[in-house]
Amino acid sequence: MKIIPILVIAAAFLLAGVALPQTPATGDAAKGKALFLKDGCYECHGYVGQGTKDGARIGPPVLNAQGLIRYVRRPSGAMPAFTEKVITDAELTDIYTYLKSIPAPKAVKDIPLLDQLK
Amino acid sequence: MARSDKTSKTGRRGFLKGAAAGAAALVAKPPLAEAQQAQAQKGVTPQPSAVQAARETTPPPHVDVYTTDRPGSDFMAEVIKSLGFEYVAANPGSSFRGLHESLINFGANKDPELLTCCHEESSVAMAHGYFKVEGKPMMVMAHGTVGLQHASMAIYNAYADRVPVYVLLGNIQDETWRRSDVEWAHSVQDCASMVRDYTKWDDAPISLPHFAESAVRAYKIAMTPPMEPVVIVADAVLQEEPVPDADRGKLRIPKLSLSTPPSGDSAAIAEAAKMLVAAENPVIIAGRAARTPAGLTSLVELAELLQAPVQDRRFRMNFPTRHPLFGGGNIADADVILALEVPDLWNATNSMTPINRFGMETKRLTKSNSKLIHIFAGDLYSKSNYQDFGRYAEVDLSIAADAEASMPELIEACKKLITADRKRAFADRGAKLGEAARKTRESDLEKASYGFDASPISTARVSAELWNQLKGEDWSLVSDVTFFSFWPLRLWDFTKYYQYLGGHGAYGIGYGAPAAVGAALANRKHGRISVNIQCDGDMNYAPGVLWTAAHHKIPLLTIMHNNRAYHQELMYVQDMAARAQRGIDRATIGTAITDPNIDYAMMAKAYGMYSAGPISDPKDLGPAIKAALQVVKRGEPALIDVLTQPR
Repeated sequence: MKIIPILVIAAAFLLAGVALPQTPATGDAAKGKALFLKDGCYECHGYVGQGTKDGARIGPPVLNAQGLIRYVRRPSGAMPAFTEKVITDAELTDIYTYLKSIPAPKAVKDIPLLDQLK
Repeated sequence: MARSDKTSKTGRRGFLKGAAAGAAALVAKPPLAEAQQAQAQKGVTPQPSAVQAARETTPPPHVDVYTTDRPGSDFMAEVIKSLGFEYVAANPGSSFRGLHESLINFGANKDPELLTCCHEESSVAMAHGYFKVEGKPMMVMAHGTVGLQHASMAIYNAYADRVPVYVLLGNIQDETWRRSDVEWAHSVQDCASMVRDYTKWDDAPISLPHFAESAVRAYKIAMTPPMEPVVIVADAVLQEEPVPDADRGKLRIPKLSLSTPPSGDSAAIAEAAKMLVAAENPVIIAGRAARTPAGLTSLVELAELLQAPVQDRRFRMNFPTRHPLFGGGNIADADVILALEVPDLWNATNSMTPINRFGMETKRLTKSNSKLIHIFAGDLYSKSNYQDFGRYAEVDLSIAADAEASMPELIEACKKLITADRKRAFADRGAKLGEAARKTRESDLEKASYGFDASPISTARVSAELWNQLKGEDWSLVSDVTFFSFWPLRLWDFTKYYQYLGGHGAYGIGYGAPAAVGAALANRKHGRISVNIQCDGDMNYAPGVLWTAAHHKIPLLTIMHNNRAYHQELMYVQDMAARAQRGIDRATIGTAITDPNIDYAMMAKAYGMYSAGPISDPKDLGPAIKAALQVVKRGEPALIDVLTQPR
C-alpha cells in the first residue's frame, strides 16, 4: 500500500463567522451516534467529533442543524459533498442531535496533563 | 593496508588436504538415506545399516578435504570493517554465506555486529532509521535476487528520504558454480538493475582488488550529498574460494576520503543574503535542511538573525518546536521565501484542486512579485523514472548546493548587510511572530482538550500522557507522527536533532516499525529513551522486527496507534463513495483491520517482548506507560497496545 502525504479528505463542517439562527434540534441522539459511526463521519472528525488534522472539530457543533445540513450538502472546504441520495436531512438532524449532546471539554487549566504544557 | 594471512583470533581454518574420517559419510548419502527412510516408514527407530556400519568402522578411502585459512570473504570483511560500520542487518542467505561466516568469525562479530532480521525490508528500514540518528550508514546484506526483491521498497524509501543505506548483495555470477536449482533461481545477470532507478551507484566486482575499490567508492558516493543508497555485489565464488597465493601480497584497501558537502556559490549566497535582509516578510521553508545537529544550530542562528519564521515540512528535526519563530508566518504575505532542501517545493508554494472536486486547477499561493530562493542538493543529482522529484518549481534564485553546508556563509553574508534600522525592523517582526506563536500554542492546547477523556483514546491524550513521563528524560521520538495529527510536535518540546527523524521518504508503508528499531539501536549507546508511535497497518507488514528488537535487546517503547484500519485509504474510499453517491457505509470493506481484531500485546509477547494492552480507557494509559518505561530503562523493548482515535 502506498499513501499520499497531504491529506485532503475532510474539512470543516463549521465555518467561523457564519451566523445562522439557532433552532433546536429535533433528532434522536442515539440514532445520530449510530449513523455517525456507520456513515463514516468519525473517520475525519473523530469518534466524538473532536476534530483531527483531516477534519474540523464538530463536537459539540457551533452551527445549528440547518447550517450543518447546508454545509454537508455543499461543503466549501476539502470535505466531500454528501447528497440526499446517501444521507437524508432527517439522518443529518439525528447526527446533529448526537453532536449537540457531546459535552464541552474541561478548560485546559483543569486538565493537569495539558496545563503543565502551557 | 589491512591484509592478513594470519590465522584469526578464533583459531579457524588450517589449510588441510588429506584424509578425514567424518568426511566419508558425505560422499555416499543415497543408500543411507534410503535405508533410513525405509526404517522410518515402518515406524521403527532406524538402526545402522550394514553399509553404514562398515563405513564407520573401516578406514575411509582417500578423499580431498577443502579448508582454507584465507577465503576471499575474509578480505571482504576487512574492507567492510575499514569503512567503520557498527552493524550489518541481514536475513541470512546462501549467496552471502561466506561473507556471513567471515564477519562473525574472522571479524569476531564486531564492527560490524550482525543483526538478525526477519525480512529484508526490515533490514533496510532499520538501516534507514539508524542513519537518521547516528549520521552514518548501516550495511545490509541480502540475496541479489529474492532478498533484494523484498528490500526494494525500503530502498526506495531511503532514496526518496536522501538516506545512504549500504546494500551488499550476494550472487553467483559464474553459472558453472551454481550447485542446484535453488542457486540458479537465486542468481542474476545484473543484481542491481532492479533498484538502479532509486540507488545512486552500484557495482558487481569481478576480483577482490576490484571489490575493495568499489566498496570504498560506494561508501564515498553514498555519503556525498545528496546522500542516497548504494549497492555493491559480492560474488559468491570470490567470497568462498581461497585468495590465490599470487594475490595474497597484493591485496590492499584503498583509503576512504569523504568529500566535503557542496556549499553554494559565493556570489549566489551574497545575492540571497541581500534579498533576505531587505525583505519585509521573509519566510524560511525547511525541508531536509538539517542533515546533522549543526544544521539545526545554523538554521536557528539564521532565523534569529533575520527574525524570520520557519515553516517546517517535517522531513527532519530542523527547528525547535517551541521556538517563537517555529511554524509562523504566511507565504501568501511573504516577499522573499528561502527554501532549504525542500523536495516538494511546488506543493509548498501552490495549491491544487482537492480530491472532493472534479478536474484539476492549480493556484499559486505566493504573491506574484514574491521572490523564491532555493538551496537544494537535489539539483546536483536527479533520476527520471520514479517521480519523487515533484512538480517543477519556478525559482528566482536556484543554488545547487547542500543547504546545511551553505548556511554558515549565508549567515555571515547577512550579518554584513544588517544595519541598525534593519535590526529594529527585525525585532518588531520577531515580536509579532512570537505573539502569534504563543496564540497558536494556546489554541493547540485547547484543541487537545476535546475528546481528552474519550475511548478510543484521543491521539492528543496519548501524546500528553507520554510527555508527562518523558519530559525529564533524554528522549528520542523515532517515528513519524503524520497519522497522529502531529500531536507530539504540537505539544512536546523538541530541541535536539535526534528527537525527531521525519518519515518514510517515499511513504511506503512497512517503514515505521523497523526504522524505529534501527533508530533505537543508534540511541542505545547514548542512553536515550526511544519512543515509537506505531501505526497498526504498518506493523503488520513485517512484525518479525519485534523479535529482532527483543533478541538484540534494543530499548524501545512502542505505543500502538491501533485505530484498526488502513485509515488513510478508508478516508479516500469514503470520499469516492460520496462522489459516486452510494454506499457511504461500506468504505470499511478492504480498509478496516477488524474481525478479528489483532492483539498486538499478544503479538509482542510471542516475539519475546514485554507488552500491555489493549488499553481503551485513558485512565489506564499513564500507569501502563510508567511500567513499560521501567522495562525500557533496563535495556529492553516494550510495547503497549492502545486503542486510539483514527487520527
